Parts: sequence; C-alpha cells; structure tokens
Amino acid sequence: MSVLVDEKTRVVVQGITGHQGTVHTRQMKQFGTQVVAGVTPGKAGTEVEGVPVFDSVREAVQRTNANASCIFVPAPYAKDALLESVDAGITLAVIVTEHIPFHDMLVMYHYARSKGARIIGPNCPGIAAPGKAKVGIIPNVVFRPGRVGVISRSGTLTYEIVNGIKEHGLGQSTCIGLGGDPVVGTSFVDALPHFQADPETDVIVMVGEIGGTAEEDGAEYIRAHVSKPVVAYIAGRSAPPGKRMGHAGAIISRGKGTAETKLAALSAAGAKVARFPYEIPDLVAEIVAKQERR
Amino acid sequence: MVKLAEWRGKEVFRKYGVPLPKGQVARSPAEAEALTRSGAVPLPCVIKAQVLAGGRGKGGAVKFANTPEEARAAAEAILALEFKGEKVRELLLEEKLPIARELYLSFTLDRSLRVPTVIASGQGGVEIESVDDSAIERVPVHPFPGLAAYEKRRVAQALGLSGNPAKALDRLLDALWTLFQREDAELVEINPLAVVADGLVALDAKVIIEDDAAFRHPEYDDIRDDRTPLEEVAREKGIAFVQLDGNIGVIANGAGLTMATLDVLKEFGGNPGVFLDLGGTDDPKKVTEAFLLMAQAKPKAVFLNIFGGVTRCDTVATGLVEAMKQVPASERFPLVARIRGNNEKEGVEILRSAGITSIPTLKESAQAVVAAAGGKA
Repeated sequence: MSVLVDEKTRVVVQGITGHQGTVHTRQMKQFGTQVVAGVTPGKAGTEVEGVPVFDSVREAVQRTNANASCIFVPAPYAKDALLESVDAGITLAVIVTEHIPFHDMLVMYHYARSKGARIIGPNCPGIAAPGKAKVGIIPNVVFRPGRVGVISRSGTLTYEIVNGIKEHGLGQSTCIGLGGDPVVGTSFVDALPHFQADPETDVIVMVGEIGGTAEEDGAEYIRAHVSKPVVAYIAGRSAPPGKRMGHAGAIISRGKGTAETKLAALSAAGAKVARFPYEIPDLVAEIVAKQERR
Repeated sequence: MVKLAEWRGKEVFRKYGVPLPKGQVARSPAEAEALTRSGAVPLPCVIKAQVLAGGRGKGGAVKFANTPEEARAAAEAILALEFKGEKVRELLLEEKLPIARELYLSFTLDRSLRVPTVIASGQGGVEIESVDDSAIERVPVHPFPGLAAYEKRRVAQALGLSGNPAKALDRLLDALWTLFQREDAELVEINPLAVVADGLVALDAKVIIEDDAAFRHPEYDDIRDDRTPLEEVAREKGIAFVQLDGNIGVIANGAGLTMATLDVLKEFGGNPGVFLDLGGTDDPKKVTEAFLLMAQAKPKAVFLNIFGGVTRCDTVATGLVEAMKQVPASERFPLVARIRGNNEKEGVEILRSAGITSIPTLKESAQAVVAAAGGKA
C-alpha cells in the first residue's frame, strides 16, 4: 500500500504533445508508472513516447481504463481540462499547470468533489510512491523506496528535502507536493489521514510555507488524529513581510499565517520542528532509530 | 496583483450599479476649482488623494471644502504631498453627504474553506483589524448555488439594517458578488459603507484584481503596481524579483526554496537583498536575462541555489556562464553556486570549465556566500 497512487494507477496525460507533457511522460515511464494514454484535442491517432494520443479524456478512459490524470494544459484551458477528466470518470487529477485563476480553481475543486474525484495542485509537482508510480514532475533522482511520507506545499524545496532524506540513507513511502496556490485540491488536512492510515509510512514529514492557515489547520488535525511521529519545517521564517492580501485577508487568517504561529501550532501538536531543511533528515533518522529500538 | 486606486475601483463599482456619491477626478488645483464651481461636484465636498496606502484621513490626504476657492487650496496642498512614498497624481472630489452610520463590507476568499466569504461589520470607517472579532460576521458563499437570499438576510442582520436600507443592501450584495467573480477580484472592500437617508452609499472602494486572471482582463494591463523599475522589467520577462535592503543577491527556483535559502543565509549572519525566483524554465536565455537583471541591482555577492526539476541544472549552468561573459569585469561580483537535481553532473561540469565550483550542501554554500559578501551584517 502507498498513498493515493500505486502499481494499479493508470495515467492519462492531458496536454501530452506539449514540451513539458512529452518530457514528463518519458520521466514518469522511466519511474515505472503506467502511462496508458495522452490527450490533446485534434491529435488523435498519434503517439508520444509510445503512448497513444486521443482527442478526449472520455475516449482515453474507454480505450485504456485510465484512472488518474496528469494535467499540463495551459492555465486558460486548465479548468476545461479538469472538468473533462472528472466527467470521464478520472478519480485523481494532478494539475501541474501554474497561474490558474483561483476563481477557476474554486469551480474545479467543488465540481471534482461533487463527483468524488480528488485534485492535487494546481501549480504543484505532483505525487510519487517510489517503486510504484509517479504522477507529476518530481525528478526521479531524488527518490528511494522507504518508509518516510512527505507532504509539502512547495515545489523545488520538496525535491531538496526528499533528496536530503535519500542522501541520509533513508527512503520515502509516498511524497505529495500540494502546491502553494490560494485554492488547492488537497491540503495538509486532506493528505494527513492517508499517511496516518498507510501501513508503509512510519514517519511523516510536513513542509509548509508562510501565508494562509493550512499549516495551522494541519497541526490541529495532527493533534487530534495523528499518532505517527511528524517532523515539520516552515519556509520563510526570515522573509520580509510580503505584499499583504489587504485587510480582509488579514481578518480571515487573524492571528495566524506567520512562521511563528505555524511553528508554535505544530510544536504544540507534538511535531518535531526543523529550523532548516538540512535538519529534517537528522530528526527523521533519530525517530527511525527510536522506532527500531522498540 | 493589481490594486486599483479608489477612483478606478469606483469606476468598476459604477459598472455594476454600486451606489456612489456624486464625484469627479481632478489632476490640478484649477481643475478642482472648476469642478466645484460648475456644480459637477456639489459643495460642500471632500477631496481625497488617490494613493494606494491606507490611513489617508489621519495623514492629511483627505480635506473638506465649502467653496471653490477652498477646493483649489485643498487640492494644491494634497497634490504637493508625497504620501507614504507615493506621489499624489489624482484627486477624487465627492459631495459630502449627511451620514447616519458607517459600516464595513467586503468579499474575499477563505482559503481554508475554499469558498468566497462575505465579511461584514457594523463598525465601519475604522481599520477592520482593530474591530473586535465579536463584531465581525463572516458568511461563506458556496460558488455553485451562489449568494443566496438567506445569506443576504444574515448580512443585513449583522449590519443591523431593516426596511429600505436592507433592500438596498440586498441589491448591493448581488452587485458585489457578480463583480467579485466577473472581474476576477481577490478583494472587494467598502469601508466605510455609509447609511444615508433611506439608502446606502460606498464612500470608499478597494478592489484588488488577481494577477493570474490577467489573460482575460486586458483592461487592467496598464495599471502599474508599486514595483521598482527593475521589478517592472522582471515582471515583463516573467521572473519573480523582489528588491529590498541587503547586499546578497539570491537566485533560486521556486518560492519555497527561495524562502528556505533566505532563512539559512540569515542564520549565518547574511543580509539578503534581492530575491529572484527563476520559476520553471528550460531556456538558458531566460537564465542569462535573470542574471543580468541581478547584476543591475549591484549585489556584493550572489548565491545561486537551484534544485533542478523542470529547470535542468545544465540549462542554468549554460545561461549563467553566458551571463558572466556579458557582465563587464568592473561590475563582477563573487558568485557561489549550488546546483542539484536533474542533469546535475552536466551542469556542474559546465560551471567547472568556466571556473565556477558548485558547493553541494546548502549549509556550506550559504556560509561561503556570507563570507564573500564581507561576513556578518
């Protein structure tokens, strides 16, 4: 078992004929993922990296039984691509595309939810379970199968941290990059129960950023429902106060959203807090050593 | 994000039927006098600096006039101001209305709930952050059914409105809900919303449009945000660039990695000043441009911290070496590079042949750049 993806995951790549779509189809296949179909309207009948291309997700699903989608479609068309995949019966959609207006994402999120489908992203690196499947763009070189679960709001910082775990001689069960947009399909609170339930995950690493309240919400969930050890890092402790989202935004996140409030909430929830990315592998290794002694 | 000045926000309000005081924009004292003399702006009137910063009332950027002569004098005084670093270019002149009560009303996004939210308070006309939580009502609005009648009644109740003002509020909420969605707004705020005679009037307007929706809103393209000239160039090239005080330039890819890099530099006593986020690119030319932009900011030392995914290490190395050739010897600065991830070997080799060593660990590379910038700040 792993989280949300496994050997049975069958991926359709939406926007497969674009440069990124092609490059990452190749890398997903090299990872061992079953990439079974691609979709680009008007390009049916062609092949990309040995993967058959269809005009619609509906046809791709009918012909190949795809159950997950990886979306590289440009922002102005991403909403349509997501709605199409959900309507075709896709249950997991990873949206790599960045700069999708959040008003579009609101519609996408609630529509997917109403159909029982999960979105990861947008503007995210995706999800990978080493030795099983990868849907997204996290570089293959950072992985090694193991028992550390990683949930992160960042992109490249996720690679940095996952790589650090590997270089420390440890490995990962599943890694999810949630994306840092204002509206995301999967938040810490949505991802945490899966890692708590996953028998292949012993330790959970949570990587957050300043802004919003997703980390505080995650901390509250950890306090109430997570028995596995958690190591947390929040990027941006020293960042200058950013261009704020106006007064109303401050009211929504009143008293939350800073590195201090996030770290305090996570600490209070029992998480071990890393001050820098390179402290994470050490903290994880300490926990693993304790677990092995038991 | 595109923050609209009050007068631009009110132009958008007018399009959606939001009730406003009678008013006009003036750009000179003579214009202010003429507008009040002709009756285009009824007297007495209020004259407000059109700047983005808040706290205008306390800062002398809002004045009142009873005669055209007073309007001229007030305009002259305000136009001479530099308000919190912003030059005043426009004035908004509006009729002064007899106000019964001042309310607060806004639409924004609740990221946790993933729905738009109406925020309302009976205590308007002050900074909403200073209002006690118990006096603020939040009404989440699901995007599919949209704003429902019972939700509007809840807002009316929170604002203590009944009768005709409640009816006016019902229309106003519909207008703002439509505006919030159609204009791709991050924030639509009226503070204060005035209760006057039998209705409501928006005395101020704060509208912020989301950058990511720019492709369907060309009408906002020419509205400049509060960027420095270099930040403006960066925006045109699609590079995230922030300029602050400090002497170490940081080039990284991805917001999270950039922030983590700053955390580490600060820990070792460094003083990062310019942050440049390459984002995802596999075009060496974009890397070169980014680097030349960094050179213009005249940093004491530069830290290149890249973890290659979409942005491959060899692409970054090629772009960097090309940029170093273009920077004149007199303007060169110490450079510390750390490139990891996709095509790392190729990238490190390209740098090595140009005489640049990539330091693999974040800790050691950060210490090296702090030392290169002259040690602890």
